[in-house]
Amino acid sequence: MNNSALSKWFVSREGVYYLLLALLLVVILPLVLDPFRLNMVGKYLTYAFVALGLVMCWGKAGILSLGQGVFFGLGGYCMAMFLKLEASSPENTAIQSTPGIPDFMDWNQLTELPWFWEPFHSFSFTLLAVIGVPVLLAFIIGFAMFTRRVGGVYFAIITQAIAAILTILIIGQQGFTGGINGITDLQTLNGWDIRTDEARTTLYFICVGMLFLCLFVARLVQNRKLGRILMAMNAQENRVRFSGYDVAAFKIFVFCLAAAFAGVGGAMFTLLVGFMSPSFIGIVASIEMVIFCALGGRLSILGAVYGALIVNAAKSGFSESFPELWPFAMGALFIGVVLAFPDGLAGLYRSYVMPLEDRLFRRDKDKGAPVAGTAASKPAAANENDDEPVIDNYSPEKS
Amino acid sequence: MKMNKQSTTGGTTGRWGLGRFKLLAASLVLAATANAAAPPTEEVNTTGLAVTDDTVTVGILHSITGTMAISEIGSVQAEKLAISQINEAGGVLGRQVEYVQEDGASDWPTFAEKARKLLRQDNVAAIFGAWTSASRKAVLPVIEQYNGMLYYPTFYEGLEQSPNVVYTGQEATQQILASLNWAAEEKGAKTFYLLGSDYIWPRTSNKIARKHIEDMRGLKVVGEEYYPLGHTQFNSVINKIKLRKPDVIFASVVGGSNVAFYKQMKAAGFDFTEEDPLLLTISVTEDEIRGIGGENVEGIYASMKYFQSLDNPNNEEFVAAFKEAYGDDMVIGDVTQAAYLGPWLWKAAVEKAGSFDIDKIREEFAGIEFNKAPEGYVRIHENHHLWSKTRIGQAQSDGQYKVVYETEELMEPDPFPEGYQ
Amino acid sequence: MFDGYTTSEVMSIFAMQGFAGLSLFSVFVLMALGLAIIFGQMGVINMAHGEFMILGAYTTYLTSGFFQSYLPSLFGGYFFIAMILAFLVCAALGALVEWLMIRRLYHRPLDTLLATWGLSLIMQQAYRSIFGAREVGVELPEWMLGAFNVTDLVQLPINGLFVMIIALLIAGGLYLLMYRSGYGTKVRAVVQNRPMAEAVGINSAGIDRATFALGCGIAGVAGAAFTMIGSTGPSSGQAYIVDTFLIVVFGGAQSLIGTIVSAFGISQAQSTMEFFMGGSMAKVLTLLVVVGILMLRPEGLMALKVRR
Repeated sequence: MNNSALSKWFVSREGVYYLLLALLLVVILPLVLDPFRLNMVGKYLTYAFVALGLVMCWGKAGILSLGQGVFFGLGGYCMAMFLKLEASSPENTAIQSTPGIPDFMDWNQLTELPWFWEPFHSFSFTLLAVIGVPVLLAFIIGFAMFTRRVGGVYFAIITQAIAAILTILIIGQQGFTGGINGITDLQTLNGWDIRTDEARTTLYFICVGMLFLCLFVARLVQNRKLGRILMAMNAQENRVRFSGYDVAAFKIFVFCLAAAFAGVGGAMFTLLVGFMSPSFIGIVASIEMVIFCALGGRLSILGAVYGALIVNAAKSGFSESFPELWPFAMGALFIGVVLAFPDGLAGLYRSYVMPLEDRLFRRDKDKGAPVAGTAASKPAAANENDDEPVIDNYSPEKS
Repeated sequence: MKMNKQSTTGGTTGRWGLGRFKLLAASLVLAATANAAAPPTEEVNTTGLAVTDDTVTVGILHSITGTMAISEIGSVQAEKLAISQINEAGGVLGRQVEYVQEDGASDWPTFAEKARKLLRQDNVAAIFGAWTSASRKAVLPVIEQYNGMLYYPTFYEGLEQSPNVVYTGQEATQQILASLNWAAEEKGAKTFYLLGSDYIWPRTSNKIARKHIEDMRGLKVVGEEYYPLGHTQFNSVINKIKLRKPDVIFASVVGGSNVAFYKQMKAAGFDFTEEDPLLLTISVTEDEIRGIGGENVEGIYASMKYFQSLDNPNNEEFVAAFKEAYGDDMVIGDVTQAAYLGPWLWKAAVEKAGSFDIDKIREEFAGIEFNKAPEGYVRIHENHHLWSKTRIGQAQSDGQYKVVYETEELMEPDPFPEGYQ
Repeated sequence: MFDGYTTSEVMSIFAMQGFAGLSLFSVFVLMALGLAIIFGQMGVINMAHGEFMILGAYTTYLTSGFFQSYLPSLFGGYFFIAMILAFLVCAALGALVEWLMIRRLYHRPLDTLLATWGLSLIMQQAYRSIFGAREVGVELPEWMLGAFNVTDLVQLPINGLFVMIIALLIAGGLYLLMYRSGYGTKVRAVVQNRPMAEAVGINSAGIDRATFALGCGIAGVAGAAFTMIGSTGPSSGQAYIVDTFLIVVFGGAQSLIGTIVSAFGISQAQSTMEFFMGGSMAKVLTLLVVVGILMLRPEGLMALKVRR
C-alpha cells in the first residue's frame, strides 16, 4: 500500500467516524432519550466545546491551560447578561425600586444599569461578545506570556490563578454580576421561551450543530500546514523557531481558538441550563475540563466529544447511585489516564479496535461489500484534499 | 372505593385543618385503623402526581456530597425523621409517605437538573430541599415551570416570595431586627462592626442591619467588611476591630472561615464572655460549633429562632427522637429544625386542602398553624414564610446555646422590608 | 481613617498589622517550602500538596486525641510529637506516591499535574470517609492559648508566634540541608545535570524519592502548624494550592530564598491591602499584581535563568 492510498484509508475512515457521531447525536439519542435526559446530554456537549479547544491547544500545541473555565464562563456570562436584560423588562420588574434593571442589581442598591451591561441589549453584539470577549482575554494573556516564551507549567499555573481571580471578582462584585448565585431566572431569547421542552430540544440540536461547526474548524486547522506546525512546536519548539516560524504567534492563535470554542460552549450552556454562575469558572471546574480532553485522547478531535460525554454521564450516574464513590472514580480516572493511557480512548481505539476494523474492512473490500463501501466513499469525496491522518504518532516522552 | 367517595369528600377533610390541630390527630387514628377512610386517589390528585391509593411520593433534594454536604446533612436527617413520624401516625390522607432522595452535590446546575427529574420523572408531591441561596435560585425556575412546591429550610436573605416555595426558615429581618434591638436595649450597644463572608446572604443581612442601626435606631456602624468564602486569615480585620473598638461585632461568616475566625479572635486576646466587644452572630448554629470547638466560641451570642436547648415539651420529644434515630452525639441547629417543619407543614396543608394538588394546597397555606413545632407554635403567613420568634442564645463551652432572650410576639416575616431596601 | 486616634494607637495598629502580615507570611512559607523543593528541584507539579498538608493536620488531630485520652499529663508537649509524626507519615506516603506514580512521569511535567490532581481528589474523599465532612479542630495545650500583651493594644498571639518560629526553623533547616550537606549537593547536582550526576555515581532515582518525600514531609509539618490557627477539613488543602504555586513561581522556581522573599512580599501586600480595602478586593488585587508581574518577568523574582 503506497502512501496516498494509506491516506485515503484514513480520510474515508475518518468520514465514517464523523457520520457515526452525527448519527448518535442527531438521530439515536433524541429518539432514545426523553427531553429531560436529552437536555442533560446537551449540557455535557457544551463541555465538549471546551475539550475540543483543549485538544487543539494542549494536545496539539502542548499548551496546557488550567483556566479554560474562564473562557467558558465569559461566553456563558455574555449570553446570560443578554437573557437577563430581556427577562428584566420594566414590566417584569415593576415591583423593584428601580424597574428595568436585573433583580440582583436592585437588591444591591444599584439604580441604573452599569455601562458594561448596556451593549448587551443587542443580540448581535451579544453573539459577537460570546466569542470576542474570551478571545480578547486569551489574546492578552497569550501575547503577554508567549512572546516572553513562558510556557508549560508556568503557563498552567498562571491560567489557574486567573481562574481564581475571576471567580473571586465575580463573587465579590455581586451588584454587577449576581455574585455567587450567578445570573439566574433566564426566560426568553428574543421572545422565545427557552424553558419549554420543545425549546430545549431545539437548543440541543443547535448545540449539536455548533459543535459540528467547531469540529469542522478544528479539523481544518489540524489538516492544514498550521496543524503540523503546532504539532512540531509541541515536539521541538526551538527547531520550529529556527526554521523561521513565529512560534509565539502560532501559540497565541491556537490559545485564542480554544478560548473561542470555550466561549461558544459557555453560551450554549447558559441557553440549555438556564443560568450561569461562578462555579463553572473556578479552578476545580477548569481542571475537570482537562480530564474530558485527556480521557477522549488529547490528540483526538472526536475523542474530545466522547470524553466530555462519557465523563459527565458517568458523573451523573455515579452521583445518583454511589455519591461517595464518585471522587474516587474521578481521581482514579485522572491517574489512570495519565499513567496507563496517555492517548486516552482514541489511543485505545487505535491500538485495539482499529486492527479489528482493518481486518473487517479488508475482507469487506475484497468482497466489495456495499455497506462499508458507501459509508466510506461519501466523506472521502468531500475530503479529497486532506492528506493528514487523524492521529499522529504521539510520543509522550517529550521534554 | 366508589362507596367511600361520598362519605369522605374533599370538603370534609378540608375543614380538619382549620386551626384545630387536635382534630388532626383524631383523623390520623382513623386513617391508621382503616385505609378505607382515605379519600380516593382520583379525587385528591388531579394533576398526575405520584399518589396511589396507599402511598404518596415526595422528594428530598440536598447535597450529600461536596462542600455543602456537611451543612445539609442535618436537614436531610430531619426531613426523613419527620416523614417517618408522619407515617407512624398514619400518613397523609391515609397514604404512607415515600421519598425519593436526590443529591445536589453542592453544584447548582445539578440541583436544577435533579429538581427537574423529581418533578418530571418522579412526579413528587412536594420537594423538601435546597440549602444555599444559590441552589434555591437555581431550582426556583424549574419549580415554577413545572408547578412544584419547594419547602426551603434555611434562614436566608429574603427578597423573594415565590408562589411555589414555602420558606420554613427565617428571612433576614426576622433574624436581625430583634437581635439588634436586644443588643441596643439590653446591652447598651452604640457602635457596630459588620463582618461577613462575601456572598449575597451576608451582604443583604448587613445592608438590613446597617439601615436598622443607623436609620431606625440612630446608632453607628463603624465598619463593614467581607471576606471570600473559605478565607482563613482574619488578622487584619481583627486589628481593625481593635482600632475601632465597636460595642458589637455582628458576624455572618460561614463555613470553614468560621473556625479560623473564632480561633484567631481568641488568640488575639478576645474573651467573648467579657462581652467587650459583644459578638453577635447570625450564622453559627450548634452544628457549626461542633467544627469550631465550644471553647473557641464560649460567650458569643447567636440570633436564631431555634436552639437545641429550648425548654418545651415539643422540643424535648424532637431532640429525643432525633438522637434515637441518628445517635446520641447528634446536635441540632436552627436549620435542621426548620427542615423538620417542612413535611409537617406540607401534611397540614394537604389535609386542609383535602388534596395533593399543588394549586389547591397553595390556596390553603395562609394561616396554617403548627403547634407541635420544636420551636413552639408557628403559623404560615400569606407570603409563604413563617411567623416565628427571634431568640438569642449565648454559646456555652459544651457547644450548646443558653437562651437569654426571646421576643414575646411572633415576628412577622417581611421578605421585602419597607425602608430597608 | 486614623482621625481621632492618638499617635500611640496608630503606632500599635501598625505594629499589629505588621504582625498580621508576618503570621500570614509564616503560613505561606510553611506551605510553599515543601512545594518549592518538589517543584523547583524536581520540576514536578504536586497538586496534592494541600492534601499532604491536611494529612499532617489530621495526624496532629489524632495525636492530640490520643494524648488527651491516654497521656493527659503530657498533653502540654504533644505538639512536638505530633509534628514529628506528621512529618513521618507524610514523608512515607510521599515516598510511596513517588514510587508508584511520580517516577514514571518525570519527563511529562504537565501530566504529573493531572495525576497528582487525581490523587488529591482521592485523598480528599478518603478524609471525608474517615474523618467526616465536618471540620475538626485540635485542642491547644494551655500554654499555647492567649497572647503576650506587649502594650494594651499590641497583643501577640502565642500560637501565631509559635507557627512563626516553626516556619523559621524549617526554612533554616532546609537551607542547611540543601546548601550545606552532602545530600543537598547531590540534589543540586541532579537538578543541574542529571546524566553527569549519574555518571559520577549519584543514585538519582534515590535522590528523587528522598526529595519528594522531604517535600511532602514538610507539607505535613506545615499542616500540623497550620491546624493550630486555622481549621482542618477534607477540602481545606485545596484553598491554598493556587496561592502556594503562585508564591513558588513568583519567587523564581529554583530558589529557596526567592520563595521566602516572595512569600514575604505577597503576605505583607495582602495583609496591608486587607486593612485598607477589605478581604475580597485585597485578594483579587494581590493575585492580579502577582500575575501581572509574572507576565512581565516570567522568570520570577530570583530565578537563575529561565529556559522554558
